[in-house]
Amino acid sequence: MNMKQEYTLMVYAENQVGLLNRIAIIFSRRKINIESLNTSPSEVEGIHRFNIVIHETEVMVKKVVRQIEKQVDVLKVYFNTNDNIIWQELALYKVPTEIIAEKVKVERLLREYGARVVAIRKDFTIFETTGHREETDKLIEVLAPYGLIEFVRSARVAIIKDSKGFHEKLKEFEQTEPVPLAPEDPISEEEANSSIV
Amino acid sequence: MQTETLKKVNTSVEQEIEISGSEAVMKALVAEGVETIFGYPGGAIMPIYDALYDYRDQLEHVLVRHEQGGIHAAQGYARSSGKVGTVFATSGPGATNLVTGLADALIDSTPLVCITGQVFAHLLGTDAFQETDVINITTPVTKWNYQVTDANEIPAILAKAYYIAGSGRPGPVLIDITKNAQIQKFNYKGYEKCTHIRSYRPKPIVRNEYIQAAAAMINKAERPLVIFGQGVILGKAEKEFKNFIEQGGLPAAWTILGLSALETDHPLNVGMLGMHGNYGPNVLTNECDVLIAVGMRFDDRVTGRLDRYAKQAKVIHLDIDPAEIDKNIKADVPVWGDCKETLPLITALLDKKEYTSWRARFSECMDKEIEAVIENELNPTAEIMTMGEVIHQMNQITGGDAIIVTDVGQHQMVACRYAKFTESKSNITSGGLGTMGFALPAAMGAKYGAPDRTVVAIIGDGGIQMTIQELGTIMQNNIDIKILILNNHFLGMVRQWQQLFHERRYSFVDIDSPDYVTVAKGYRIEGNSVAKRENLVSALTTMLHHKGPYLLEVHVGKENNVFPMVPQGCGVSEVRLK
Repeated sequence: MNMKQEYTLMVYAENQVGLLNRIAIIFSRRKINIESLNTSPSEVEGIHRFNIVIHETEVMVKKVVRQIEKQVDVLKVYFNTNDNIIWQELALYKVPTEIIAEKVKVERLLREYGARVVAIRKDFTIFETTGHREETDKLIEVLAPYGLIEFVRSARVAIIKDSKGFHEKLKEFEQTEPVPLAPEDPISEEEANSSIV
Repeated sequence: MQTETLKKVNTSVEQEIEISGSEAVMKALVAEGVETIFGYPGGAIMPIYDALYDYRDQLEHVLVRHEQGGIHAAQGYARSSGKVGTVFATSGPGATNLVTGLADALIDSTPLVCITGQVFAHLLGTDAFQETDVINITTPVTKWNYQVTDANEIPAILAKAYYIAGSGRPGPVLIDITKNAQIQKFNYKGYEKCTHIRSYRPKPIVRNEYIQAAAAMINKAERPLVIFGQGVILGKAEKEFKNFIEQGGLPAAWTILGLSALETDHPLNVGMLGMHGNYGPNVLTNECDVLIAVGMRFDDRVTGRLDRYAKQAKVIHLDIDPAEIDKNIKADVPVWGDCKETLPLITALLDKKEYTSWRARFSECMDKEIEAVIENELNPTAEIMTMGEVIHQMNQITGGDAIIVTDVGQHQMVACRYAKFTESKSNITSGGLGTMGFALPAAMGAKYGAPDRTVVAIIGDGGIQMTIQELGTIMQNNIDIKILILNNHFLGMVRQWQQLFHERRYSFVDIDSPDYVTVAKGYRIEGNSVAKRENLVSALTTMLHHKGPYLLEVHVGKENNVFPMVPQGCGVSEVRLK
């Protein structure tokens, strides 16, 4: 409970200029580093979704989640450990075509690392792969000896395994009168104390 | 029939008129019931000031001497009236001067709408004259902020601003309006108040299982203690709170922002919590078996060291802000909701109780504190006056009916400890942020918010010199406030800490004062200065009976300390009496 681990926060919010900053400073104020951040539309039209990955204790995550939910333009925040989500990151690798064509068994590479070729030019080739961090990292190792020119990895996108989506939840928010929120367990004493200096 | 047709015509005219963005701002303020604006004009907000010129009969504008004074005045107004305070400032330095007040209002949950001018939209990001990124500067210190670049947005955005500022846990909102939007003419379709924003839930749902759990826990308690904060005042739940403690026979102690929600002389009022709070509530926090926190946030100045705070007690926490539950102190029973709704629900389930022997413990502690601290503070034998006796003598004259506005430091703690209150919304102080310079402008605003009441600003010789320019505002508007300067010729609180924790190394706390009476005279404000006890009562009486503003300086002991004290890093039961 008091151990730091990876948490993925999913923030459903209105698409407002400045909201990213409002959310980001909640982390920076507490000196929490954001490991990965992705913003995208959600399954509901007009509702934006932030995926934020942090390495923190559960107690701190809960406090931060409440601070984010407190923001006027935020509808709901979910937080999960990696066990409860399906997540992917996308990576692109730019390598010199000459060397790759000559020295690498491209077919095997594509098969083994689930990669695909997205562009082939005379001077360079671009591979793409999606997967977890370890998987995309592995391909860097393989390609490095052949003169990896450029590498980029996207932020994490994730879906909660047992989520039913936000359509139903949104209906609750659109009602003028508040509806009961799902009961949340209060933080245990042990947890609460762990963050106390 | 005829009038009906006429009415209809009028509305349709109203619906179709073309007005400027600035006039839309005026219409919004009128529709929101704004009475008083505290502000300072400048280049980027000139169109709004131009529109204001035509609304002078409906909107009173108070020209302050510095934007910080303007926002503190609006805070004082909001705190004494229970309404949303309104501020105007220009772009650039005008807007940055609001930052301290915004931070103060956010941490003390004060509802404000600040409207700042901004350069033309096409100049944003060009380092134009008096351009500053106000939205990003103020994001951490506002409940919500928004930049308007199109006049069409103004009615809906201002409606949202007033709704957000005043609802739920109140707080400051800043609306930055570019100059082109202020000038732009648009088709005004009328003003509609905001009552719902889908992403914003100002009141969490009250959950019955926690109401029942709270009542059951209180009914079983042997040594219950209620600690209450400003939530009672902000929720306008003073009556509900009193019913609650009276039904349960529950002793109740307050934070300095909760002060005045319950009258000082109420038999269940056991005094002040925290670093300079009363001995009993601090010591007995660590002996109670059920701690019931109502509308307070367990600030570190209240709790002292957290791992020695009420470890033996079950905690019930009532708060409208879900982020406060479990933030500092783990709640065994979290009662989310507006205490105006939750308190009566719990009260209805409470057994009628007395707790005679438990309450006697508070009296015993009070006797001890009177002997060790209070007697000597209120009726000193030393030649030089104490801050406590000044407050005590003031109580005798006001009977506790005045609004007391304090600054920050020793005088603030002494005033909170000894001032008497008979009415709610009567103690206005900068609690969370601890902003020196708050009291003088806040007192001006408090007077506008409660014009029929006596307003006394109690300020130290440090704080008064931070916003002394507002004497100009007081002069120009003849604001009838009483300014009581408790001059100990030191930055007293810092000096006290230097004495106690830094071996009397008085590093830069020795502060000179001008001749305050002469300064006041320069501003055409009457004043007096006393250094001798025999002159105190008559000087206070003259001040309080004077028509119009008055400044009284009282020279008090240079090295007097505020006790009791919970030293930093200590638990509340380690409170020191000397």
